[in-house]
Amino acid sequence: MERAGIPTALLCNLTSIAERVGAPRIVPTRGIPFPAGDPSLDPEEERAWRLRLLERALEAVSTPVHEPTLFEVK
Amino acid sequence: MARIVHYLNQFFIGAGGEDAAASPPASQPGPVGPGRRLAQLLGDEHEIVATVSCGDDDAAGRPEAIAEIVALVQEAQPDLVVAGPAFTSGRYGLACARVAAAAKAAGLDAVAAMHPDNPGIDEAGAAPVVASGEAARLMGPALDTLSAAVKKILAGEALTDADGLVGLAPRLPRMADRSAAERAVDLALARLAGDREATEVPLPRFDKVTPAPPVEDLARATVAIVTEGALVPDDNPGALESARATKWLRYSLAGRDELKPGEWRSVHGGFSTVWANADPHRILPLDAARQLERDGAIGHLHEEYLVTAGNGTSVANARRFGVEWAADLRHSGARAAILTAT
Repeated sequence: MERAGIPTALLCNLTSIAERVGAPRIVPTRGIPFPAGDPSLDPEEERAWRLRLLERALEAVSTPVHEPTLFEVK
Repeated sequence: MARIVHYLNQFFIGAGGEDAAASPPASQPGPVGPGRRLAQLLGDEHEIVATVSCGDDDAAGRPEAIAEIVALVQEAQPDLVVAGPAFTSGRYGLACARVAAAAKAAGLDAVAAMHPDNPGIDEAGAAPVVASGEAARLMGPALDTLSAAVKKILAGEALTDADGLVGLAPRLPRMADRSAAERAVDLALARLAGDREATEVPLPRFDKVTPAPPVEDLARATVAIVTEGALVPDDNPGALESARATKWLRYSLAGRDELKPGEWRSVHGGFSTVWANADPHRILPLDAARQLERDGAIGHLHEEYLVTAGNGTSVANARRFGVEWAADLRHSGARAAILTAT
């Protein structure tokens, strides 16, 4: 997708694999079964986490990168 | 005199680069671009009577395009259809392979050319594929291989790997001279001695990706959410597989601000789907995406999401899905993607 000019934010948990295969824009998530969530939080907090995750993803697709780069949510 | 029709993309006919990737199928008489050198190599017994072209996004992203291309090819009444060389260009490789496959299915002889890592390599159906290098600067050797293969095909001879034949090959069982255990130990010893290449089965190679330039104006851009988390409508109407997916699907998000539990589920076989099914936003963050749309952080959320199951997906299929998703998103105007992975 990146090769075809679509900057793509990859939300994933196993970031070392993403780096190894060369995914340029990586946003670490909190668990394999819930890439855009966190069931340990209560619903409102989980929605807030999800929003911050997507905001970071948007930042990733609007940032120039040259190699696999992690965009973590602080 | 053998009649040949040559298929090329928008770049190789000189119509432009990505800016011309949406151009529709078209035909012109005689050889064009690299076709001229190909015609020289083929000599007087062969004539490239027409060159059919199409933009890569159209050919790889619009379902009716291949049939339209083949119709233009047929108008020129060829003895052979030649597609490419596509090198490592994914959309172009897919287009070349599909054109060759469709031409063959329509009763024409066809051959495609591309790098062995091109995602199109397995889509050529009954048409042979010959190898090219990885980039257009290797056009010379690619045309040498291709022209030799064309002459062989028109002479009625079968191609072998000595001719550069690549792609799907049937598995033929045969007795080896030694047991697998002995051969495995020998490979391990060779590895320890420093031979990093020896293998009986070619291993997939992950290639280096040049990142796409960033989105310039996010507040006006259409962003798509795509996922390999296999989230589908509850009855899985597209029959998405739980593992080793051979396909991807699309579902509309139009008019939806949220995904209700019970109406969607993940059919992914690689993790416990309990959490995803309790709240589908954990796979497909529609609620947050709509919030960002309302806030003006993005111009639009793309009206569909694309989905597959990323569980034991073959590298070849995964590459192909990526190329097809990119073509599909470009075709519909999305300029960036958020891919949730599990």
